Amino acid sequence: MGDDGVATAIELRGVTMAYRAKGADYTAVSDVDLTVGTGRFVSVVGPTGCGKSTVLNAVAGLLTPAAGQVLVDGKPLRGLNRKAGYMFQQDGLLPWKTVLDNVAFGLQLRGVSKSERAELARDWIARVGLAGFEDAYPHQLSGGMRKRTAVAQSWIGDPEMLLMDEPFGALDVQTRQVMENELLTLWTGSEKTVLFVTHDLDEAVSLSDEVVLLSAGPASRIVGTYAVDLPRPRNLLDIRTSPEFTEIYRAIWSDLRDEVMKTYERTSEGDAVGADR
Amino acid sequence: MSAPAKATPSVPTADAPAKRRRGRGHRPAVLITQIALAVVVVLGWELCSRNGIVDEFFFSKPSDILSRAVDWFVTGSIWEHLRVTLVEAALALVIGGVLGLVIGFLLARVEFIAAVFDPYIKMLNALPRVVLAPIFLLWFGLGIWSKVAFGVTLVFFIVFFNTYQGVREVDRVVVDNARMLGAKQGQLVRHVLLPSALTWIFSSLHISVGFAIVGAVVGEYLGASKGVGYLISQAEGTFDTTGVFAGMVVLSAVVLVVDVAVNRVERYLLRWKPTQANHIAGGQ
Repeated sequence: MGDDGVATAIELRGVTMAYRAKGADYTAVSDVDLTVGTGRFVSVVGPTGCGKSTVLNAVAGLLTPAAGQVLVDGKPLRGLNRKAGYMFQQDGLLPWKTVLDNVAFGLQLRGVSKSERAELARDWIARVGLAGFEDAYPHQLSGGMRKRTAVAQSWIGDPEMLLMDEPFGALDVQTRQVMENELLTLWTGSEKTVLFVTHDLDEAVSLSDEVVLLSAGPASRIVGTYAVDLPRPRNLLDIRTSPEFTEIYRAIWSDLRDEVMKTYERTSEGDAVGADR
Repeated sequence: MSAPAKATPSVPTADAPAKRRRGRGHRPAVLITQIALAVVVVLGWELCSRNGIVDEFFFSKPSDILSRAVDWFVTGSIWEHLRVTLVEAALALVIGGVLGLVIGFLLARVEFIAAVFDPYIKMLNALPRVVLAPIFLLWFGLGIWSKVAFGVTLVFFIVFFNTYQGVREVDRVVVDNARMLGAKQGQLVRHVLLPSALTWIFSSLHISVGFAIVGAVVGEYLGASKGVGYLISQAEGTFDTTGVFAGMVVLSAVVLVVDVAVNRVERYLLRWKPTQANHIAGGQ
């Protein structure tokens, strides 16, 4: 439970994620406790390779924790998280389906009739600004347009929570800012819980209610949780220059910088260690 | 969303057709040279035969070959042979394709079966298929089925390897995405794994079709009562070089036509693919 009686959508209790790589056990994250209140926008940041995505995959149910528990709406998660939509870092679109069929895919899997799902999909395609591209195939779209398709694809099913794994990481800076802004517009008033993974602190602060910082990997832990009490609705194109933003950013950055340095040092040592694997 | 279109730096070509011929500027020159080459070879052959430079008994001559081929079509005697050959090839393609698809799928999905069958499949694939023809003749008789069986052994491995590869190399992210969108095991097969495998299979369709026809013709050549391969072997048996060449000409013309049709089919089925990298070679 959150402090103000806010219900908890996602809770991680002492979660440790490990996998075997070439015979050796590798612990990605260890003993992570994390609580995400319903309807909150929470970002997880951390240096490269700190296991951010692994945490997200645990919440999605794509990976099972080696120890600890994932609770969704207070119930232990078994199998895939059916309440969550997932936006992947890379392209998860089906290359052999048109934009329309890709967007309608989730509904198709649920057995929604063809005409009904086409109508809803057209609606969503228009909402993400892709009207006119219904019959295009993913390879014919630009990176930004593919992301829009992916947004529509995961939102159309109206999931209670959205898991996003650096969804805009591959986009150029301008496109990225526009997409972030649109994501926020879409999210505002939707009451959906968002768990957003990124390595970009700027992005994390400007979007979230709360930023969770993971330590350098392997066996990352949570370093701290920072509230971002910037007023909403936010205009992302201006917010970055406001003094409050800078203040929060600086507070988190001083911690993040240490972790980044650790990762950097470990990687340079790791070259020697990695050689005998 | 509020600001559409702004974030789309490049306007994609929504229906760019597959323009696979490079260097379009050279096309007339290429075409003219191609025709010239054909004329020179055919005329040279004709003249050499007429002047006795090459022995007409062994090499025949283009005018005879052409008139023989035309004769076949005028009298209509060729149609039955062509029909038989194409039916055999089509059956081999379908049966070999379905078998390759099913078994390839099974092995790609079930690690244990794949491990067990791996050496046997390698061994069977290493076997020169022609040596199977006699045994198929014994098992299935002189009719079409021995040729179909022979063609199946050729087509099967191409489709099998491509299916196996296609299912195994399916993008992890696409699978996870489909699962998160709610795909159950069966839906995953239908919407993700099968299309992925079909991509590979369609890409090797040319090779499969080619091998199906090879299977039919070679099978007929070794023992049959109908078909283009039979026609050629009959001509050979009577030292009728003209007949052998005419059979070859007809056969290659038919294969060309089939290839054009396959091209159309492939382009339609793989219309969702980027235009480059359209062709992936088969398993052999």
